[in-house]
Amino acid sequence: MTLLGPSGSGKTTLLMTIAGFARPSGGSISIGDTEVVRLPPHKREIGMVFQNYALFPHMSVGDNIGYPLRLRKTAKGEIAARVEHVLELVQLEGYGSRRVDQLSGGQRQRVALARAIVFEPRILLMDEPLSALDKQLRERMQIEIRRLHDRLGMTTIAVTHDQREALTMSDRVAVLERGRLIQFDTPRQLYERPINRFVAEFIGESSFVPVTVDRGTALYGDMKLQITETPPPDGPALLLLRPEKLILSSRPLGREVNRFDGVVEDAVFQGESVLLTIILAGGHEIQARIPNRQLDCRGIPVAGSAIELGLAAEDALLVPGDAS
Amino acid sequence: MTMAAGLWHKDQVLLNGAALEADRRRENRQLLMLCSPGILLAFFLLCLPIGWLFWFSFIDAGGSPTFEHYSRIWNEGAYIQIFIVTFETSALVTAICVLLGYPLAYCLSQMSQKWSGIVMLGVLVPFWTSLLVRTYAWLVLLQRRGIVNTLLVDSGLVHQPLPLVNNLTGTIIGMVHIMVPFLVLPLYASMRSIDGTYLRAAANLGASPVKAFWQIYLPLSLPGLIAGLVLTFILCLGFYITPAILGGGRVQFIAQRIETSVHLFPTWGPASALGVVLLAFTLAILVLSQLLLSRWRRRLG
Repeated sequence: MTLLGPSGSGKTTLLMTIAGFARPSGGSISIGDTEVVRLPPHKREIGMVFQNYALFPHMSVGDNIGYPLRLRKTAKGEIAARVEHVLELVQLEGYGSRRVDQLSGGQRQRVALARAIVFEPRILLMDEPLSALDKQLRERMQIEIRRLHDRLGMTTIAVTHDQREALTMSDRVAVLERGRLIQFDTPRQLYERPINRFVAEFIGESSFVPVTVDRGTALYGDMKLQITETPPPDGPALLLLRPEKLILSSRPLGREVNRFDGVVEDAVFQGESVLLTIILAGGHEIQARIPNRQLDCRGIPVAGSAIELGLAAEDALLVPGDAS
Repeated sequence: MTMAAGLWHKDQVLLNGAALEADRRRENRQLLMLCSPGILLAFFLLCLPIGWLFWFSFIDAGGSPTFEHYSRIWNEGAYIQIFIVTFETSALVTAICVLLGYPLAYCLSQMSQKWSGIVMLGVLVPFWTSLLVRTYAWLVLLQRRGIVNTLLVDSGLVHQPLPLVNNLTGTIIGMVHIMVPFLVLPLYASMRSIDGTYLRAAANLGASPVKAFWQIYLPLSLPGLIAGLVLTFILCLGFYITPAILGGGRVQFIAQRIETSVHLFPTWGPASALGVVLLAFTLAILVLSQLLLSRWRRRLG
């Protein structure tokens, strides 16, 4: 699972508390059935990958990985075998005698991971494990870590401020805001059914338009919205529009689809898609995406041209809150 | 291909090559000019006097070349003895400085910036006071009827005043006091730069605080420790005032012997030879420690 939140939301503090480096003023932390809140960090049997990896510079790669085993008085032969085994696991066979400063960022990351799992801890913590890597390497490592996690079956808690990383790497994501847990869900649920505006804004791209809910019916201006979800209680609410969910079709839209009229304010080519900024007839600014595939037949819309947008009823999601 | 071709003229001459090379040379000349005051100073105040010293050490009273000054040092037991005393005492002082200075530097590095600044003042203020004043202060404190002995006798801890001064004990106390800052300053700087996450990582992997210190912190602080240790030891070797005053004539360092030689012999030769030998030892220690340090630094990356 992943702890996700903006900086200052308390995710690292939470991780440090689990690892035993920060003492909470109260509460309980259990791993399995064991209460660990009063245990010092070196007795918790928790593996951790630090943000800067914290590989000991005066030890070789093999000595770094073998260190937790030496502390546990494991036999020499067994240490060598297990170090070799985890090096294989992180695809660094034969790197045991290298010095730490001879490794690239991605290799250091994997050595740190190997060192954290070699003593078979009960859980594995990762503090922004990939933030020091460049984008391409980061995306590859996200998938690698996920595979490794599936193979080891070790409970893993990662901290990140990168929503994409959270969605990629985890079965479940906990979204934190100012020290509070806002939503704890699968990545899919989090994206498709965010419980409030904060979660919706934090994960993925989003635009909001104000609506009113009156006796179970949602209205945008005078227009009655088609929705499949149970609407929130009467009063002001926000309609969440994901740019890629908006349909920009030249064909007539069906009855189950909500229709909006607008004017293209701006169109930016971004490679895999074109990002449109659109002013709705109601005066609200929203964003929509045209996938690259659909560009052939329609071309990039010019600024100032009128456009019709569709939103399927099952994609029309209301979250509590008013416009601000 | 078009890019690469653009760099070259028709006749294979690098574009602007000659002009850029001239710029490079001019900049180097200007840098050398900027350095020249320092180079001249080093030459006249360092190289020339040492060369002179070196020259004198190979000249006898009649002005002809000789090895007699060196053979005297080698053959007379007294000189060897002085070298041994100097090295032994310096080693002892350095060792005591490490025992006192390492925990002090460690505490300083763990304190907040503000508090370590205040405590550091405590280390530095004596450092700024005259060496002579501090040495005489120790004489006052440690003598037979000094404050320390009075307190010890009055409290009944000892019956007779302890011989704390005019001997090796006094010399060592005085030298340690003067030398501790030289050890603490480089050590503190290197400890400040040790990332705290290394210790967290060690704890996380199962190291108790004691083990984390010995296996992680100590090795990481070693470069600073060696730097401070060598500095302290080398400064000890050349010490003059403190052993002279607090040793009461019973502890003779090379520096004192050099001074006696100047008065004793009609030429500079014997004193120069002693100076050269001391210099040679000092340089050897410096080179050795630098080799050691650079190897360790390479390992630390």
